[in-house]
Amino acid sequence: MLLSPETRARMKRNRPLQVGGAMLVVLLLVIGFGGAVFPADPLAVDFSTALLPPSLDHPFGTDDMGRDVLARVIAAGLVDMEIAVVCVVLPFVIGSIVGLVSGYAGGAVDAVIMRIVDVFWAFPFYVLVISIVGSLGPGIGNMFLAFTLVTWISFARIVRAEVLVVKRLDYVAATRVLGYSHLRIMFRHVLPNVVTPAIVFMMSDVVLTILAVTALGFLGLGIQPPTPEWGVMIAEGQNFILDAWWISVFPGLAIVWVGISFALIGDGLDDLLRAKG
Amino acid sequence: MSEPMTDTAPLLEVHGLSTRFPGHAGRVVTAVDGVDFTVGRGEVFGLVGESGSGKSATCRSIIRLFGGSRAAIEGRILFEGRDLVPLGERAMEEVRGSRIAMVFQDPMTALDPTMRIGDQIAEGLIRHRGLGRAAALSEAVELLAGIGVTSPAERARAYPHHLSGGLRQRVVIAIALACRPRLLIADEPTTALDVTIQDQILKLLMRLRDETGMGVLMVTHDLGVVAQTCDRVAVMYAGRIVETAGAIDLFEDPRHPYTRALLAARPSPEALGTRLTPIGGDPPDLADPPGGCRFHPRCPIATERCRVEAPALARFGTDRAVACHLATGDLR
Repeated sequence: MLLSPETRARMKRNRPLQVGGAMLVVLLLVIGFGGAVFPADPLAVDFSTALLPPSLDHPFGTDDMGRDVLARVIAAGLVDMEIAVVCVVLPFVIGSIVGLVSGYAGGAVDAVIMRIVDVFWAFPFYVLVISIVGSLGPGIGNMFLAFTLVTWISFARIVRAEVLVVKRLDYVAATRVLGYSHLRIMFRHVLPNVVTPAIVFMMSDVVLTILAVTALGFLGLGIQPPTPEWGVMIAEGQNFILDAWWISVFPGLAIVWVGISFALIGDGLDDLLRAKG
Repeated sequence: MSEPMTDTAPLLEVHGLSTRFPGHAGRVVTAVDGVDFTVGRGEVFGLVGESGSGKSATCRSIIRLFGGSRAAIEGRILFEGRDLVPLGERAMEEVRGSRIAMVFQDPMTALDPTMRIGDQIAEGLIRHRGLGRAAALSEAVELLAGIGVTSPAERARAYPHHLSGGLRQRVVIAIALACRPRLLIADEPTTALDVTIQDQILKLLMRLRDETGMGVLMVTHDLGVVAQTCDRVAVMYAGRIVETAGAIDLFEDPRHPYTRALLAARPSPEALGTRLTPIGGDPPDLADPPGGCRFHPRCPIATERCRVEAPALARFGTDRAVACHLATGDLR
C-alpha cells in the first residue's frame, strides 16, 4: 500500500468514507457484473410481457414495452456513471489548471480569467446547460460539452482561492530561491496543496451531474431512447406511475443510492485530506 | 555573463542599492536607499535593524524575490564579480539555489507540506546538479545525517508535519545547502525557534560555514545572534546603513546614536535591576522619510544640522564607517 500507517489509521475511523465507498463498490459490482449474473437484454421488446409487476423472473418488473426493468437499470448505470465521471473529471482538470494559473499569475491574467468566470457564474446552472444542449441538439456529445463549459468555473474559483493563500507562504518563496521555474512550482508545489477542496467538491459535483443528466433525460434533451438512462426511464414510467410504479421507482432508487454514496465519500475525503498538515 | 568571474573579487559587493515599491495611493516606498556593503568568502556578515529598517528588503533584492509585488532595483549587486541586477529571470534561476541559497524565518511554513522531506532535498540536487533520483535521494539522506539529524533515512520519508520546529529548520538548511551555495542568506533563521534550539541552529550554521567556506548574510534584529555569529555587522535604519563595524567593535564601541540606543535597549547581566532604555518615537514612514538624518526625530543628541543635511557614511579606520555628523567629534 502507498498509504502511510497514519493515513490508514485515520481511514479506519472514517465512517462516512467506509460506508460511501462500500456503497460505490456494490454499485460498481452490480453495473459491472450484473449483466453476467442476470443476462436479460435491456433492449428486447416483448409486448406479451408488458407491465408485469416484480417477480422472480423480473425482479424489478417490466415496462410498457415488456423490457426488463432490472436489466435496464443495470445498463443505465453504466451510461450514467460514465457520463457523470467524464462530465466531472474534464471540468475538474480544466478548472483546476485555469484556477491555478489565474491565482498564481495574478494581475491582468487573473482579472481577465475571473471576469470570464463571472459571466458564466451569472447564469443559473440549469439555464445554461439546457440552453446549450437545447441549441446544439440533444445527444451525449453535446451534453459533455455543455457540462464541461458550465462546471469548470466552480473548480477554477475553488482552486484560485486556495492558490491565493498558498502562494504567499514561505515554502513557495523558498522554491523560487531554489531556482525552480514557475511551471515547476505551480504544478509540483502549489497544485498538490490546493487541490484537496476541488477533489472534495468533485464528489458533490458527481451527484449534481447525475441529477442534471437524469433531469435532461427526463426533459428529452439528454440520452435518447431506447438507450437506457435513469432519468429517461423515470420519464417513460410516469404515465404508468399508478399502475406500474416499478418502472420509475427502481431507477429513482438507483439515483438516490449513487447520490448518497458520493455524498458520503465527499464528506469522508474532506475529513481525511483536510486533517493533514 | 558579460563580466568575468574572478576569484579575487569579494563574494558579494553591493553598491548604491535602492529598492522601491509602489505604495498606496501612488506613493513610492523606498525600502532600501543607497546601501553599500561587502560580504567576503567565509565571512558571516550581519544585517541588523528593527522591523521595517529594510534589512529583509535588502536581501530579497539580492535574490530578487518579492512574492508578486513589483519592486524597482537600482544600483549594483556584484556576486563573484558578476552584476545580478541586469540579469534576466532565467539567469537568476540558475544563480538562485545553486550559487545563492536562503534560509527562511519560519520553518513551519518554509517546507512544502505535501512532499516528503527527502524528495524536497533531492529536488534541488536533481534540478541543479543533474543527479538521478536514486542518487539524489541517497545524498539527501547523507545531508540529513551531516546536519545531525538522527535516523536520517527514516526522516527522509517523513512529511514536514511529522517534524518539530527545530528539526524542520535543519531540513530547511539541508535544502539550502544541498547544492553547496557560495552565499547563504539567513533571514531571521532562529526568530521562530526556542532559545535552546536557536543555539543549536546557529552552531550548525557556523560549523557549515567553517566546512564549506561559504559566506553568510545573517539578517536579524537580535543582537544576541549577532554577537554569537557575525564577523562584521551593518546596522540599518529606515532603509540606510548607519554604521558598519566588526562585531566586537560594534558592541564595545558603538559610534552611531542609533546603535547605542539599540544596545542600551537590550537586557544584559551587568544592568540587572536597572530599567532598560527604550528608543522613543516610531520608525519613520518610508514613503515620506524625514529630511536630513533619518534618525534625527528620535536622536537624543540631534542638532540643527542633522535636521537639514543627511550625513554620509564616513570611514573610521580600516574597518568601520558611521553615518553621523556628530560621530567625528567625541561622542562621550
